[in-house]
Amino acid sequence: MAMYSKKVMDHFMNPRNVGEMENPDGVGEVGNPKCGDIMRMYLKIEDNIIQDAKFMTFGCGAAIASSSMATELIKGKTLEDAWDVSNKAVADALEGLPSIKMHCSVLAEEAIHKAINDYRQKQNLSLWGEKEEEKPE
Amino acid sequence: MQNNEEGQKLVYMDHAATTYTDPEVVNAMVPYFTEYFGNPSSPYTIAKESEDAIEKAREKVANAINAKTDSVFFTSGGTESDNWAIKGVAFANKNKGNHIITTAIEHHAVLHPCEWLEKQGFDVTYLPVDKYGHVNVDDVRDAITDQTILITVMFANNEIGTIEPIKEIGKIARENGVYFHTDAVQAIGQVPVDVEDMNIDLLSLSGHKFYGPKGTGALYIKKGVKIDNFMHGGAQEKQRRAGTENVPGIVGLGEAIERVTSDIENHAKRMQALRDRLINGLLEIPKTHLCGHPTERLPNNVNIVFEYIEGESILLMLDSYSIAASTGSACTSASLEPSHVLVGCGLPHEIAHGSLRLSLGKENTEEDVDYVLSVVPNIIERLRSMSPMATK
Repeated sequence: MAMYSKKVMDHFMNPRNVGEMENPDGVGEVGNPKCGDIMRMYLKIEDNIIQDAKFMTFGCGAAIASSSMATELIKGKTLEDAWDVSNKAVADALEGLPSIKMHCSVLAEEAIHKAINDYRQKQNLSLWGEKEEEKPE
Repeated sequence: MQNNEEGQKLVYMDHAATTYTDPEVVNAMVPYFTEYFGNPSSPYTIAKESEDAIEKAREKVANAINAKTDSVFFTSGGTESDNWAIKGVAFANKNKGNHIITTAIEHHAVLHPCEWLEKQGFDVTYLPVDKYGHVNVDDVRDAITDQTILITVMFANNEIGTIEPIKEIGKIARENGVYFHTDAVQAIGQVPVDVEDMNIDLLSLSGHKFYGPKGTGALYIKKGVKIDNFMHGGAQEKQRRAGTENVPGIVGLGEAIERVTSDIENHAKRMQALRDRLINGLLEIPKTHLCGHPTERLPNNVNIVFEYIEGESILLMLDSYSIAASTGSACTSASLEPSHVLVGCGLPHEIAHGSLRLSLGKENTEEDVDYVLSVVPNIIERLRSMSPMATK
C-alpha cells in the first residue's frame, strides 16, 4: 500500500477544523458515498474574507487530510484568493499525495468552490464559473 | 513479533494476507540453501539430497489433504496453481466443451484467468452468492450444460471466510463428468481438507498462508485428469511443471503444512473462540454488521462493516495502535470499486467501503483480542464524528 507523507498522517490523525458549524454563511458538499468519499465544507464569511472554515468528511486518510489542509489554506483569505486554491496547492501543502489519491485533493478544491458559490447565491451575487478553475493534469 | 517505537507489541491480525514463516520451518529450509544446494536433476550425491527432500515434502503435502503422493505438483504459489488448473483444464478439454462454471466471489487468481479465457472463446458462468456468500448447489447443477468442462469454486472465501459446500459441489461435478477445482488457499491449516472424501479433482494451496515461505505452493491433480502444462521447459515434476525446483521453499512448504495440519481440531477450536469473542465484542458497536456466515466460516476470520466510515481510515488508525488488519474498501485499491465479494453478498457500495477484516493466527491471544476491542470503538467513534453521513 502506498505510504502517506508525515504531513498527511499528521492532518489525518490530528485533523484541523473538523466538525459542524452553526449558521454557516456557505456550505459545499461534494463526492459520492458509492465511491467512498463525501466532503462537506462550511464557511463563515465577513467582509469578503473567510473568517472560519470547518469540514466533515467520509473517506480515506487522504480525503480527511485534504479536507483538513484545505480549511487551513483558505482561512483568512479573500474569496477570490480562496477560489484560486487549487487541488495541487492542497496536495503540495501535504507534501504530496500518492497518484491514486490525487482525486481527494480535487474533491477539496471542488468543496471550496461549492461552498463559496453557496455563499454567493445566498447573497444574490453571480456564481463563479468552474472554467476559471485551474484544472489538474 | 516486534514492538513499535512506543513499545506497543504488534498485534498482527492479517493472517489471511500472509503469515510469518515459522522459525522451525526456516530451520528446516536453511540446509537446502547452503549445504544441499544441488540441482535435483543432477546425477551426484548432493543433488540426490535435494531430490529426496522434495519427495519427502510431497508426501507431507499429500498426507495433509489425503491425496496420493504422485498427485501433488509444486508451484510458485496459489496464483500459479489457480492459473494452471483453470487454463490447463480448459485447453486440454476444449474438444469436449468450452463452458466453465465459477462464482462471483472468487479470488482474482481465479476470476482473471476465467475472464481471459472468455477472450479465447470460452464461456464462463459466474454464479451469484447469497447474503452470507454461499453458492447454492442447485444453481451449480442447473448451470451445467453439455459444454461444461470445469467447475471452480473456492473452498473458503478470503475476505468473509464463508466456507462453500465443497463436497456437494464435487459430487454434482462427478455425477456430470465435469472436473472440479477448488482454490483452498485460505482453508488449509484452518479446516480439515480431504480431496478423496470431498470429490475434489484439482486443488490449489499456498505456503505463505500457513506459516510457510512465500513463493511456494502446490496443485493437486487427481490421477487421470486431462490437463495441459502451464510452465513449459525442463522435465521437472514428472514433465508436468518445468523449472528448477525451489528446493528450500518446497522443504518449507512441506514442513509448514505438516505442522499446521497435525493438530488442526485444537487449533481451529482455539481460533474459533478468539474469533467469536472478537465478533461479539465488535457487534456491540452500533450500526455494525457481520459479513459472511455466522458459523460456516473459517475459524480465524472476522469481517465487520461499520456504517458511515471508510475502511482505509480505520486501518491507518489501527496502525497507530500497532494493529495490522485489512479492508475491502476501494481506497486501498487502485479502483473506485469496493470489494467484489462484499458487493456480491448484496452490500450497498457505501456500506462495503466501511469493512474491516481481522484474520487471526496461532500467535494471537485473548489479550490481543481484548486490546483490539479496547481500541476499535474509539476509532469508530472518532471517524464517525468526522463523517457527514453519520450526522445526516
